[in-house]
Amino acid sequence: MSALMETTPAAPLHRASPGLWTLAWRRLKRDKIGMVSLVVVVFFLLLMVGAYSGLVAKNWSKEVGVSYSNPSFMAGAENLEAQQAGAVDKSAKVPYVDLSDIDPLAPKYAEWAKRTAEIKITDTPRADTLLFGGDKWGRDVIQKAIKGAETSIFVGLVAALLATLIGTMLGALSGYMGGRVGDALEWFYNVFTSIPYILLILAFAAVFKRGIDTIIFILAFTGWTGIYRLVRAEYIKHASREYVKAAQAIGASHTRRMFVHILPNVSHVCLVQLSQHVVQFIKAEVILSFLGLGVPVDSVSWGTMLAEAQSELVIGKWWQLVAASVSMALLVTAFSMLTDSLRDALDPKIK
Amino acid sequence: MGAYILRRIAQMVPTLAGVMLLIFVLFNAVGGDPALVLAGKITNKEQIENIRKQLGVDQPWHVQMGYFAFEVATGFNCTWRSFNDKPDAVKADTKADAKAQAAAKTDAKAAPNAAPPSGCQAVRSWATNEEVPKILATRIGPTLTIMIPVLVLETIFAVLLAIGVAYVRGTLTDRMIMMICTVAMSISFLVYIIVAQYYFGFKWGVFPVQGWSDNFWKNVVTYAPLPIMLAIFVGLAPALRLYRSFFLDEINNDYVRTARAKGLSENVVLLKHVMRNAMLPIITNVGIALPGIFVGSFLLEVFFSIPGLGREVLVAVNRSDFPVIKAATVYLAMFTMIINLTVDITYKAIDPRVSFK
Repeated sequence: MSALMETTPAAPLHRASPGLWTLAWRRLKRDKIGMVSLVVVVFFLLLMVGAYSGLVAKNWSKEVGVSYSNPSFMAGAENLEAQQAGAVDKSAKVPYVDLSDIDPLAPKYAEWAKRTAEIKITDTPRADTLLFGGDKWGRDVIQKAIKGAETSIFVGLVAALLATLIGTMLGALSGYMGGRVGDALEWFYNVFTSIPYILLILAFAAVFKRGIDTIIFILAFTGWTGIYRLVRAEYIKHASREYVKAAQAIGASHTRRMFVHILPNVSHVCLVQLSQHVVQFIKAEVILSFLGLGVPVDSVSWGTMLAEAQSELVIGKWWQLVAASVSMALLVTAFSMLTDSLRDALDPKIK
Repeated sequence: MGAYILRRIAQMVPTLAGVMLLIFVLFNAVGGDPALVLAGKITNKEQIENIRKQLGVDQPWHVQMGYFAFEVATGFNCTWRSFNDKPDAVKADTKADAKAQAAAKTDAKAAPNAAPPSGCQAVRSWATNEEVPKILATRIGPTLTIMIPVLVLETIFAVLLAIGVAYVRGTLTDRMIMMICTVAMSISFLVYIIVAQYYFGFKWGVFPVQGWSDNFWKNVVTYAPLPIMLAIFVGLAPALRLYRSFFLDEINNDYVRTARAKGLSENVVLLKHVMRNAMLPIITNVGIALPGIFVGSFLLEVFFSIPGLGREVLVAVNRSDFPVIKAATVYLAMFTMIINLTVDITYKAIDPRVSFK
């Protein structure tokens, strides 16, 4: 009796071994390229949140500079377009001709003059140069690029989340259930993959109205197939493992086994896929917006910026092209390298 | 082998049916009333009703699905009234009045092989009134003129470069090249096209900025080189990365160590032993890319005004020309399935280990 009493809760003989995510995080922290990429990606995500909440690039649509204003580091450079825009304004003033004796509206002149006086016209001074130049309407290219980043990243992120959700759900069902359900889902998968991907996107784009929500839907609904394939293979592998059988033995339901027991063990596949699809969808969104099938005209994305840049380049205004492509290349490079590092860090074979 | 091919073809049927169902649902249910799309600004109810009748969208959906299947199979568009002439169609609709049935039967007896049924007409584009099968047939040429050289050259270049990189694996050169590839892949295809078109076409005048002619050789010599080079340049980075990994997967195998152990030079090991085994995944990869050459790179076609399939579909999307999009999607899906089967069969010829199960 006393012996039992004396057995104090001794320190456990083995410490809890670190889980997959702890190990992965440790490995990722050692990966310098991965960490740098992570910082860049987080920076862009913060930028997106900032632009969404209006902290940065709030006034992106304000016409603050002259048309095609030069970047400030080439302030002296010749800018024919900007001068021309100014010249048109001056020549537009027509010499005044007095028509009051024949004009039937003449009695109303005084009233109109009074009303005109009531309206205050504030002539915003337009800057000759902007930090990285302006577009056709004199909007700041840097602010546009930030606002464009918000749209493009938001679309890529949400579409990738949706696609991963669809792919994981269907893949889990198909891989775990097999049989009739599996066959039906395989048929569904075959239907989507037998249509060339670009055609599938264009067919969807043809019937839906333009808008950010539409493009997210289209990308997600056409892009889930690769994730489905991988998740299904993982579920087939896991469904027959002992721990799942053990879960069945203690009476766990199918849903519980699928999503509480197996899902954590395949979630690293989903995460890598998610990351990969964000990159893919950002690229796709840029192309679709460029073609006018993406974001509506009143919003800006990297794709619409590139569409404007194409004609600007011919008249020598390269800054919008550079702003859009460099910011996009920076994010996509960082995201791709982060994906590679994540894949390495999460690979359970490397210990 | 024969049984395998038959089974694969049998599996294609439900998939194709699914593709048609998807397209049908997309364009008839989600896309809104086709009559309204076609009518555009016409608000006259009677006229719209007429268009609906002409298109057959006043019929129940399973009948419409039948029309669509008929369109896909024959390239002819038949509304119900004209369809009544077909005996099998009458059978399908038991409610059709007896008189029409009798008339149809006599008609069928009189001209059993009369195709197309009277009143049917070739499926036409809503925008240009061109016959859709003809549109597709004329647009495939330019697309292939661009895409076949792209696929062939890109594969050759990527394989050669991948061997080179695999040869110097782990060195600074290798890491630098991989880094450059990652960065090159992250720049949008759009940027490459815009910049190349500006410099090569506009500024230096090496190639025409855009255009196409009726002469095949003129196309190959003057108009095609710039888009082809661009596509190869952009496609090279991802292909190189992928093929390098295929080579590296093979390099650590036992047979490579054996080959080295018996004194073979690194060249022979790489080019003979590793190459043969790495070719398998490479060929699979080319097989996956193969159906894509029919759609082509629609971006290139748009930028360089090449009258190919991709551009045609994009134009059709912009003017809601549903018949063209529907036809392109369904036929290219069929094409894809057939090519995939061909690739799988060819596989057997290359790798004797592959068995048909």
